[in-house]
Amino acid sequence: MRTGIVVFPGTWSDRDCAHAVGDVLEQPYRFVDHRERRLEDIDLVVLPGGFSYGDYLRCGAIARFAPVMEAVAAFADRGGLVLGICNGFQVLQEARLLPGALLRNASCEFRCEWVNLRVEQGDTPFTRDCRPGQVLRIPISHGEGNFYADPPTLEALEAGGQVVFRYCTAEGRISEVANPNGSLANIAGIVNKRGNVLGMMPHPERACEEMLGGRDGLFLFRSAMRALQVVAA
Amino acid sequence: MIFRAEVFVTLKPVVNDPQGSTIRSGLRSIGFDTVRDVRCGKYLVLTIEDADEGAARARVDEMAREILANPVIEDYRFELEPVASPASAGERRA
Repeated sequence: MRTGIVVFPGTWSDRDCAHAVGDVLEQPYRFVDHRERRLEDIDLVVLPGGFSYGDYLRCGAIARFAPVMEAVAAFADRGGLVLGICNGFQVLQEARLLPGALLRNASCEFRCEWVNLRVEQGDTPFTRDCRPGQVLRIPISHGEGNFYADPPTLEALEAGGQVVFRYCTAEGRISEVANPNGSLANIAGIVNKRGNVLGMMPHPERACEEMLGGRDGLFLFRSAMRALQVVAA
Repeated sequence: MIFRAEVFVTLKPVVNDPQGSTIRSGLRSIGFDTVRDVRCGKYLVLTIEDADEGAARARVDEMAREILANPVIEDYRFELEPVASPASAGERRA
């Protein structure tokens, strides 16, 4: 699985993604500069977390117009796998590759903590190693992760099975207490209609080793590897 | 011609505004108990050079739609007026 990790000015989780993919999973990767326009050598594009362009104007609003985003849109259009994490999720929404928006956390606080996620869809390229209903423990780190979509959009997401992760209790119960940021319907991650573009607020790359507190993030990267090997076979 | 555009970007009325709510609580906690609601938005001032006012207005509208506001969650409006260029200001003085 050749992973391209996109780096905008202000991206901060690129090295963490490289560590997860390269050191832990021993897969080839390269950093993709925001000015690049070609992704032909890449199987998985990761838009990592951070504060692209200082989050000025709105999170992801400026990054959306970086030259690389045209290539990312074309790559997604060809069916390539795109994983947007945290700020990467915000960028994908600004680029209209995913619906909805991420508002300021309801608490107005930056939340940096481990959360539990219930896997709602086990048949996406990013979750095929998970059981539906499985609870993953993965950290969040954001001030603007409060998922919002207007009622028709939200209804379409639910009906189309595009909600992939919801914040839940350790037992897998969806409750307000388990919701760290006020997201509608506890939504933590969604896919596009085709299922090849995933955006999520939690950071799977920071949950790939026991030493760091858990390995549940590996489910996502291993699922993508399996999906890509199936495609290649 | 030089124009000055003031662009106001606000969250749509149906979208929750945690910042606005927090500011409201702050105001009420220091005694401004007449405050019913606060909505927090962005204010941008653009200086633009364009052929005429119609063209300038069309460009500002395009900028607001494309990037300054996110139509999923925000509304915008703007005011635009010509700014006296340094040359014409000089003429007036003379």
